[in-house]
Amino acid sequence: MQIKPILAALRRHKAGTFLIAMQIALTLAIVCNALFIIQQRVTHLSEPTGIDEADIFTIQNEWVGKHTDVELNAQMQADLQAMRSVPSVADATASNSFPLRGGGWDDGIKLDPAQVQDSSGTAIYFADPNTIDTFGLKLIAGRNFTADEVRSMGMRDNLKPASVIVTRTLADKLFPDGSALGKPIYLAGEQTTIVGIVDMLQTQSVDRWASSFRYRSLLVPARLTIELGGFYIVRAKPGQRDEAMKAVKQALFAQNPRRVIDDEVGMLTFDQVRAIAYDRDRGMAILMGIISVALLAITAAGIVGLTSFWVGQRRKQIGVRRALGATRRDILGYFMTENLLITSGGIIAGALLAVIMNLWLVTRFEMSRLSLAYLLVGVILLLLLGQGAVLAPAMRASKVSPVEATRSI
Amino acid sequence: MFVHNLRLGAKSLRRNPVLTALMIMSIGIGVAASMITYAVFRAVSGNPIPQKSSVLFVPQIDNWGPTYNRAGEPPPALNYTDAMALMKAKKAERQTVFFPISASVISTTTERLPFKVRGYATFGDFFPMFEVPFLYGSGWSHESDDAHEAVAVISKELNKKLFDGANSVGKDIQLDDGTYRIVGVTDTYDPKPRFFDMFNSDGYTDPAQVYVPFHHMMDLKVDTWGNNTCGGGPNRGNDYQSWLRGECVWLAAWVELPTKADEDAYRSWLRGYAEEQQRSGRFGWAPNVRLRNVVDWLDYRHAVPPESRIALTIAVSFLIICLVNTVGLLLAKFMRRAPEIGVRRALGASRAEIYKQFLAEAGMVGLSGGVLGLILTGAGMFGTGLVFGKEIAKLAQLDFSLVLLTLVVAVLSTLIAAFYPTWRAAQVQPAWQLKSN
Repeated sequence: MQIKPILAALRRHKAGTFLIAMQIALTLAIVCNALFIIQQRVTHLSEPTGIDEADIFTIQNEWVGKHTDVELNAQMQADLQAMRSVPSVADATASNSFPLRGGGWDDGIKLDPAQVQDSSGTAIYFADPNTIDTFGLKLIAGRNFTADEVRSMGMRDNLKPASVIVTRTLADKLFPDGSALGKPIYLAGEQTTIVGIVDMLQTQSVDRWASSFRYRSLLVPARLTIELGGFYIVRAKPGQRDEAMKAVKQALFAQNPRRVIDDEVGMLTFDQVRAIAYDRDRGMAILMGIISVALLAITAAGIVGLTSFWVGQRRKQIGVRRALGATRRDILGYFMTENLLITSGGIIAGALLAVIMNLWLVTRFEMSRLSLAYLLVGVILLLLLGQGAVLAPAMRASKVSPVEATRSI
Repeated sequence: MFVHNLRLGAKSLRRNPVLTALMIMSIGIGVAASMITYAVFRAVSGNPIPQKSSVLFVPQIDNWGPTYNRAGEPPPALNYTDAMALMKAKKAERQTVFFPISASVISTTTERLPFKVRGYATFGDFFPMFEVPFLYGSGWSHESDDAHEAVAVISKELNKKLFDGANSVGKDIQLDDGTYRIVGVTDTYDPKPRFFDMFNSDGYTDPAQVYVPFHHMMDLKVDTWGNNTCGGGPNRGNDYQSWLRGECVWLAAWVELPTKADEDAYRSWLRGYAEEQQRSGRFGWAPNVRLRNVVDWLDYRHAVPPESRIALTIAVSFLIICLVNTVGLLLAKFMRRAPEIGVRRALGASRAEIYKQFLAEAGMVGLSGGVLGLILTGAGMFGTGLVFGKEIAKLAQLDFSLVLLTLVVAVLSTLIAAFYPTWRAAQVQPAWQLKSN
């Protein structure tokens, strides 16, 4: 195919050419960034928690009235006993929080009490000997807590655990040589010892601010005995989660009715917890998806419209070419190549625009840098789109009969 | 003449239904996308208390020092020591500090299970400062504050639940183990974002249902339901009393300063207070205080969610692409009629006539696009919850001003898009077109 006559023809249609190229450039810039945002959010929302999510549900238990630490400690132990004896329950534990809850207690760990900067941030989960089994965590080194290690902690008491269990990620961060087990660390100013390491346990918040210590979590042998209440985490026997949820609620109120479990958010399956935690990420991905599809559709419509117009304008010339011996393939090829040229021009400008837009998003919204793979995907997508959109008008052009050359209008 | 132009436009639009439909869809989708995201953006970036936003201030005192504060900024709330000093000094026209509480409402008459209500332990100034509207009664007085009285203000919603909406002023409410005399029932009070409590929430959570006096709650050693931020500093305390004396911040503070002079005076008082703390040895650093008004405070606390800004940016770029598309389609449409323009011009129509005719046609496309956009915007409003979360989506509403704006944006942007194609149409040389083609 000869490029020169096409370029010559395009020079006669500067405005139309420029408009299509510009539209392709803008579409490329936005679609690349949108695809990239979708990919980032989807990766983010499919990160594993490290727990056995399918059978787990959580209970937010709030107390009614005034209680001493001792009363609450006894009450919580009775609650745990009651829940564990429900036939459909595999195990249950009490904690201050759980992964993906959104917030909770995060603190800094120091290796030396005189340090100013923390060695690492960490999420703190209150635990008892049943926690590892309830969450379905894998203990990869050391030991579990024992029942007599678990101490009651009131609202403003200091956290002084004798021992802690850390995640592998946290252990590797604090002791890169792999010697974490048995080592002393300083948590909230108090010395404690690492007695066990679990494979994986996600932090409470999946927001950006908490990403610096993602997967660095720690279990303390403590029971949070405060009047504001706390959480019970229950693992049902496989496939019996729904029965277990009903039975556990009944068991708790039978144990002691002076408590509040909110009707809406008091009991959540872990699927619900996950859905709430990633609400915005999922929404953003859906929005970007809709925008990308709409944009591509509109750009395609624009190409169809403008090319149809050109074909209509050039019917006579096409007729002349056909009369002079050009085949249908030649005419089809002419319009396809023309579109390829315009699209390529738009893509070059669009690639530049995509990078600029991404840089702007990076500085304004702390997004990551666009990977070139997305640019490539966008480029291929738009080339195909351009060729697809031009196909119908080009086919119509190729059907122009040579007789048209003889008509006066 | 205008009607004639409209008639010509309608006729021409009917001639290429596909092209016309493409243009209308393009504008409709573009306008709808921008309007939906704009409605959300408008909802979250509004000023929640415009009449007082310049006289309400958040005082901040750096009690953490340069080692532990965040990038030189004082913490976003006060500890107990500083909050009480501020309340005792009474240097502002009105002042309050508060913390969120969660209490069980226990029904004494019926067999209803206890339920939780959230609210604030605060001072009587809270209500006039934030212009809380009352259905019955009012807030409590300074005397009630000083006497540590067990009084309560409840919300309309709670009043409905407990008293079937009747005037409950003077009646009692049982909160956990205490009995409180109701002095006021608020009307619906739910400013968005909840500017006064950006320390404990993102500003879009459910409204408070109960308010009780601060001192009374402190006597009961009721703990905060909200945040307690220690910022890595050493002095956290190791029981309730030493926690109160410690440097953890958990109390939101506000002052009302009606004039610029008051503001300046308060700022220097704050600095003086910090200097005094430095002299007494509590602060080992130079005074570092802030006094931000409502607008500055919302900006500082990032009240507008980043999702909303990203979505608005993308939606506006989207509208631009739709317009570029419309320019192309209009150009195709107008230039196809070059012979017709040539005839009109040869018969004596001026360039202005051609402009009028084609802009009228474009205006019709814009209006149709606007109507389509309106339908899509209405439909899209149901989908905002997917992207921005339920709390924020609730705020975005399709009201009259948005309807008007949608139509105006659609017509105006189409006219702008039509300008170049129309100009090209007006440039058509009559002689050239009249020649046999």
